Amino acid sequence: MNKIIRINLGPVEGIPMGQGHCFRIEGEDIAVFRGRDGSISAIENTCPHLKGPLAEGIIGDGKVVCPLHGHRFDLKTGKGSETPECVRTFEASLENGTIFIAYTPESAENVHC
Amino acid sequence: MKKRLVVIGNGMAGARMVEEILKRDCGAYEIVMFGAEPYGNYNRILLSNVLNQTQAPDAIFLNTLDWYVENNITLHTGVKVTHIDRNEKKVYGLKLAEGDVPYTTGISDASGADFISVSYDEVIIATGARPFVPRIRGSDFPGVFLFRTIDDCDLIADYAKNCRKASVIGGGLLGLEAARGLMTHDLEVSVIEAADQLMPSQLDTEAAKILERAMGAMGLRVLTKTLISQIVQKNGKVARMVFRDGGVLETDLVVISAGIVPITEVAQKSGLKVNRGILCDDRMRTSDPDIYAVGECVEHRGVTYGLVDPIWQQVNVLADILTGVNPDAVYLGSKTGTKLKVMGVDLTSMGEKETEETDDEILVYRDPNRGVYKKLIVRDDKIHGAILLGDTELSDPLMRLFMNEKPLPENRGEILFGAVDGTRLFDAADLPDTAQICNCNGICKGDILTAIEEKKCSSVAAIGTETKAGQGCGSCRGSIAQIISSVVGEVGYDAGEHYYVPGVPLEKSQLVREIRSQGLKSVSGVLEKLGEGKEDPTTKTGLASLLKTLWPKVYEDERDARFINDRVHANIQKDGTFSVVPRIVAGVTTPEELLRIAEAAVKYKAKMVKFTGGQRIDLLGIKKEDLPDIWKDIGLPSGHAYTKAFRTVKSCVGTDFCRFGLGDAISLAKQVELRFQGVEAPHKVKMAVTGCPRNCAEAYVKDVGVVAIEGGRWEIYIGGAAGSTIRKGDLLCTVESHEEVLKYTGRFLEYYRQHAKYLERTYGFVERMGIDLLKGILIEDSLGICAGLEEKMQEAVDAYKDPWQEAEDPVYPFQFEGPQLIEVLQEAENNG
Ligand code: SRM
Ligand SMILES: Cc1cc2nc3c(=O)[nH]c(=O)nc-3n(C[C@H](O)[C@H](O)[C@H](O)COP(=O)(O)OP(=O)(O)OC[C@H]3O[C@@H](n4cnc5c(N)ncnc54)[C@H](O)[C@@H]3O)c2cc1C
Ligand code: SF4
Ligand code: FES
Repeated sequence: MNKIIRINLGPVEGIPMGQGHCFRIEGEDIAVFRGRDGSISAIENTCPHLKGPLAEGIIGDGKVVCPLHGHRFDLKTGKGSETPECVRTFEASLENGTIFIAYTPESAENVHC
Repeated sequence: MKKRLVVIGNGMAGARMVEEILKRDCGAYEIVMFGAEPYGNYNRILLSNVLNQTQAPDAIFLNTLDWYVENNITLHTGVKVTHIDRNEKKVYGLKLAEGDVPYTTGISDASGADFISVSYDEVIIATGARPFVPRIRGSDFPGVFLFRTIDDCDLIADYAKNCRKASVIGGGLLGLEAARGLMTHDLEVSVIEAADQLMPSQLDTEAAKILERAMGAMGLRVLTKTLISQIVQKNGKVARMVFRDGGVLETDLVVISAGIVPITEVAQKSGLKVNRGILCDDRMRTSDPDIYAVGECVEHRGVTYGLVDPIWQQVNVLADILTGVNPDAVYLGSKTGTKLKVMGVDLTSMGEKETEETDDEILVYRDPNRGVYKKLIVRDDKIHGAILLGDTELSDPLMRLFMNEKPLPENRGEILFGAVDGTRLFDAADLPDTAQICNCNGICKGDILTAIEEKKCSSVAAIGTETKAGQGCGSCRGSIAQIISSVVGEVGYDAGEHYYVPGVPLEKSQLVREIRSQGLKSVSGVLEKLGEGKEDPTTKTGLASLLKTLWPKVYEDERDARFINDRVHANIQKDGTFSVVPRIVAGVTTPEELLRIAEAAVKYKAKMVKFTGGQRIDLLGIKKEDLPDIWKDIGLPSGHAYTKAFRTVKSCVGTDFCRFGLGDAISLAKQVELRFQGVEAPHKVKMAVTGCPRNCAEAYVKDVGVVAIEGGRWEIYIGGAAGSTIRKGDLLCTVESHEEVLKYTGRFLEYYRQHAKYLERTYGFVERMGIDLLKGILIEDSLGICAGLEEKMQEAVDAYKDPWQEAEDPVYPFQFEGPQLIEVLQEAENNG
């Protein structure tokens, strides 16, 4: 098992309601989304199709839509609408208004979809 | 052995009859059906849509041939029953030859043909009605049609290809629908009505006048008080009509729609009692206790009906009796209301149109400016009659109050204008189970509840598939959603519906009505109140666009509902950078502006500088974080090369420099662009103003194109396209001044904003509505809405703010930031 690093991403207000924001951690871009239902989710930012920035996509119904060609990705499982595309997901949580994610470096094989 | 039931007639009543029996007890009978038409069963109501080309013929089928097989029903299609031998207890039918009209009185050649005979225990006659053909010489000439079946629609459409002028005999509901349908076949259409007004059985004279004006404005010619003496043919084809007063009307095609007559021959030949229709008692039984009848062929308590609503009630009663579900069920007659299905005209009428009783309350509201007329006759605290014209927002609840004979609220104003505090006059959730929700298909609340509870239907579409509710005119879909949410709390999601957006189960007009009445100003608010419980991504952008149109000033702008381009006011590129297209009004710039653009391009390392097809300059490959600064450096407003909004006005040099220029294209283009810039719309809108018909600015193929012509005048074309679709715009009007160009353009754009579907370009919209209709509404003000359109457009114009001003003041943190660098070291490994 690879080590998991718990990372503080700052106050939840840093991400506007219903939108995503991209954080660069150890050279890897991670898109973190703040759902209107209060959920926080984190996935790999780079769309496996043609590298669209997923943090800029519209979210809803537990999915994000890539702004470039509209492929969809499940924010919990990372599973894409066009098989076999999928993205890495990270556990994310909200504690006292602060976002934390459990980050595993890119080499880790935690893609589960 | 099972009893055998023979059903004669496979139309709306016959097929529904069988469905209702199967629903109650699928083992009750062995069923044999005869249908003179060579098809399964289709929704006759929707033939109007087939004729006006908004629905394909195969889209209106209710029961396909497979359905009969699956349900073990023997269906003899294309077979006309001739008589019933009541002694032998057998039904006799003959196969029709191809091309035979199913509803004629005779059969082309019965002699020698082989009868199909089927013995029965019980019979249901559901032969419907045929069009009434008045005694007019020439009514059998080629080119004269009736309008009753799918085949009729085919024949009419086919014949219309070689015609220019058409006329419809009869100015009733069906006549008007037929006339509107014919207009979509590029015909000049006249309606000839013998009475002194349109729709004499449903409208009072005042409403009829307003309707006549609206129909006239659509380009339909209406001749009332006109009696036809004969139809004249030339070279074996209809050529003209001659009137009793000596008048003549050229016409290449005639559709007779002068009422209906019950089809009773089978009953007559079989010795059943027949008056105007087949006489039936309250149990739908004819004079033979083993033979029943339902539908338009029936006369019950002296009344024959020509609408489906009463038929569904008859069918339900008879199904209850035959299956023993309620052997004592009785049919006591129906109250009827009608809705005119003509695009662009909202009209509902129910009950009596006039009253002589002095004790009746009569409420009338007139708003001639908007073409609105509402009349309500109240007797004993209940609706006795009502006419709603021009504004039918309340037709659904009123119809329910009327049908269910509910007492009215004390404040009568609420009945005409809806409850003042916004609460609904009628919430479907409060209705009893027996209340009919879908009036087209006769579906009660109880049926919908069963579908929700037993079949686990949780979306409006699923309810439709299960029960047919909501699949007719669609006006009850809001109520269905209310019922679903009252049971399961959440309305399911179904893609592929004709909703404005997939996540809200309402068509555009219904959605607009709900948004207005509930005062919903944000996407999340709409989703919460009207959505199907899910925050569907595609729904959000559509709603954002609509809300901005509806509430230009007070719209709560939630950026998460916008596409990235509309969050940062630039076009995203394939590499994640953005393009910057400043507004260059009418394609005219200055050396100073060019210098600023050039410097900015160098400073922010634009990957390419390109002249666009829209006569401006595109700086491509700009980083998101540089957007605010480059905008400030350029010092020009946004060109809106990204939003679904009003974008550019292309122009030629016109009278300023061109030797052929007839009009000052540049100054007009500037005025137009500065007025409408950035105004949100269902899709992008591009314009051009060109100085003469040489059309160098390509105005004929723009959403709105203005062309200068001789005499200092301007032609306004709408609905042109030269993208993925090529279409020359339709001429809306010719005007004298720049002000008029702004006025009519504004009216059209506002009408488009209000009525087009999301992502429908004007080329689709204008095509769908028809230019004649639009001319009537926008130029002649047939609906009296133009002042309102202008006012709304002015509001949108006033609310416009250049989005690039957000450079100074981002609306949310990191609006223009790239990835945010996170240092990991100090936080690491505390949760290994
Ligand atoms: C930049 C430009 C091409 C150019 O370099 O000339 C352009 C670029 C794009 N056009 Fe266009 N169109 C451009 C002029 C046109 C024109 C010509 C015109 O405006 O006079 C047309 C034909 C007229 C029309 O609008 O129909 C045109 C018809 C389209 C269409 C087809 C629309 C249709 O329904 O027929 C699309 C696709 C769409 O809208 O779904 C499209 C879509 C696009 C998009 C937005 C594709 C996208 O979604 O990313 C392109 C954005 C590129 C980018 O990243 O910047 N573009 N596009 C032009 C910008 C004009 C401007 O100054 O605003
Ligand atoms: C264009 C149009 C628009 C309409 N719009 C509306 C509307 O908006 N609202 C509304 O409420 N109503 C509307 N109606 C009326 C509605 O369609 C009728 O009330 C309804 O179809 C009547 O049903 P029915 O089964 O009695 O008759 P039909 O639907 O006509 O069915 C009778 C069937 O029996 C067949 N048949 C007849 N004789 C025999 C025989 N001897 N043997 C075998 N088969 C036979 C006929 O061919 C026909 O297929 C419209 C009608 C038309 C034509
Ligand atoms: S034609 Fe328009 S949409 Fe197509 S590649 Fe060129 S700019 Fe893009
Ligand atoms: S890059 Fe994401 S869908 Fe194409």
